[in-house]
Amino acid sequence: MRHVIDKRVPVGPPPPVIRIRRLTKAYGHGDATVHALRGPADPATGAPLGVALDIDQGDYVAVMGSSGSGKSTLMNILGCLDVPTAGSYQLDGIDVGHLDEGQLSLVRNRKIGFIFQSFNLVPRTTALAQVELPLAYAGVRAAERRRRAMAALSLVGLAERAGHRPNELSGGQQQRVAVARALVTAPAMLLADEPTGNLDSRATEDVLAIIDRLNATGRTVVLITHEDEVARHAKRVLRLVDGQIVSDVRQAKVDGPPPLFDESGVPA
Amino acid sequence: MLRFAVGGLAANKVRSALTMLGVLIGVASVILLLAVGNGSSVAVKDSITSLGTNSLTVSSGSANGGSRATSSVKKLTVADAKALATEADPASVKSVAPVVTTSATALYGNVSYSPGSIVGTYPAYFETSNQKVAHGEYFTNDDVLGSRKVAVLGATTAKQLFDTEDPVGKKITVGGTPFTVVGVLQAKGGSGFTDPDDVLIAPLPTVQNAFTGFGPVNQILVQAASADSTTAAQSEITRVLLAAHAITDPTKADFRITNQASLLTARESTTKTFTVLLGAVAAISLLVGGIGITNIMLVTVTERTREIGIRKALGAPRAVILGQFLTESTLLSVIGAGLGVAAGIAGSHFSIVGIKPVVIPESVLGAFGIAVAIGLFFGSYPANRAASLRPIDALRHE
Repeated sequence: MRHVIDKRVPVGPPPPVIRIRRLTKAYGHGDATVHALRGPADPATGAPLGVALDIDQGDYVAVMGSSGSGKSTLMNILGCLDVPTAGSYQLDGIDVGHLDEGQLSLVRNRKIGFIFQSFNLVPRTTALAQVELPLAYAGVRAAERRRRAMAALSLVGLAERAGHRPNELSGGQQQRVAVARALVTAPAMLLADEPTGNLDSRATEDVLAIIDRLNATGRTVVLITHEDEVARHAKRVLRLVDGQIVSDVRQAKVDGPPPLFDESGVPA
Repeated sequence: MLRFAVGGLAANKVRSALTMLGVLIGVASVILLLAVGNGSSVAVKDSITSLGTNSLTVSSGSANGGSRATSSVKKLTVADAKALATEADPASVKSVAPVVTTSATALYGNVSYSPGSIVGTYPAYFETSNQKVAHGEYFTNDDVLGSRKVAVLGATTAKQLFDTEDPVGKKITVGGTPFTVVGVLQAKGGSGFTDPDDVLIAPLPTVQNAFTGFGPVNQILVQAASADSTTAAQSEITRVLLAAHAITDPTKADFRITNQASLLTARESTTKTFTVLLGAVAAISLLVGGIGITNIMLVTVTERTREIGIRKALGAPRAVILGQFLTESTLLSVIGAGLGVAAGIAGSHFSIVGIKPVVIPESVLGAFGIAVAIGLFFGSYPANRAASLRPIDALRHE
């Protein structure tokens, strides 16, 4: 995919998957206004200038911060689940700020794969049907849907659990189903919100290994976490404090493998 | 989508079943109560038809209340009947039978019984009043001319006097006069306070001779040529009798004409009101069933807010969420209504408070259709609420 874009744009690096400029998000009105995302303050007036952020194709970014730092707000805006108060957000070249609800659901379906802390699987639905769901909303035919869903499930090592419902799967398996569901539409970006927050250490390793492997094959990943061990898997680490990016550390090259990627560490 | 809807309903079986029960009761009661209303209307119609819809009864007395005209009232006589028979247009008046009624005690062996009425009339009476002989035969015009002492018994009278014995050919004594029984009428069944089978019918001159004397008659029974010509027959009777009684002003007529058809119309409109009333009560219960659907779907939407959030995050368009909840509520109402139709039709096989319900096919279709529409209508509010939830709020919902 990158090669295609490289051919089209022969000079300079490929365009970023995410480009955010002067983005702010405020809750409440008047004196009670709380800026969940503010960016640096204007030196003259003290007004928030908003957050600016570029994320490149194939990057693996961990967003860190304590609770209340604005990382969940950032995640919701990146995932088109919430709209910013001000500023622009371009996702894969599309200006998301001007889309209506119907178009946003289309963007969520095609461009973003969500992985949530609490798995968020649909109850009473088999793993295969879970993974087929985004394809069904995209209007993919049943046979094709099934083939791609099975491929995604084998990628996370759960092909033999396709017929199981969420209550018949362990936490780690549920999260792997969620990962399969997130990647089945081949989205521009995987957005993971504390994906290992509810998992024990072994399942955490399994899930992170899958995400590392996906990134190694070129998938852009944005991962929200407050655990340093999880952040060590990322190529780039952002720290948010009080709605501002206070540090931006690169741990590995964008077009290289993730720092802790282990070719042999594929879960069974 | 249908599979999801069935799954959603199956997840809360008791709740779904109770909601369906609401619709079921609504639909079943609409069908059943309308059937009961219709059944009673059919019963009334049948009983009036059994009296003969073509028959007109002429009785003496003023059409406008009477008391003012009592002094000048001329009783109806056999001559009036003869005038009607000869002068009225045969295109509208088919036959005429003067009727006298009295009462007396009949004796057979050592059994004595007083029939509800003893009727003296002409043979035309049988056809006009829709009386059919079950066994034996009618008396004839010859019997009338010869004042023969013959009698036809109503079913009740025959049963009382003869029990299981065959009455035809037997002699009975009525008020001291011996009569030979020539026939027994078919039972018509009681439709009111009086039993139409509790009669003894004999030739007019015989009854006059034995009991009432050759004075005025009580009624003149006229049979119109057809059900459509009753109005024409009525005006013919008025014309002939006014002439016979030498009355020029029709408003001063000293006789009354009652028409079974008009009686029928009046009774029908009463039962129609009754049916509408029953239908309205049933429709309210159907509405309550619909509100039950809204209620349960609202609970379901609240309960599944998180699931809706997940689906929206995965890119489910508004229409899909809307469709899913509408399908669920419609499925509830369709299954409920289907079972209601079955229950209603099954229930209509039993007779309810003495009325045999007659199912109106339109009410079945109508109740089913309205129930399904109610499911759509009452489901649309919760479904809309689900579809317009913002994904971020829905996902945060615990």
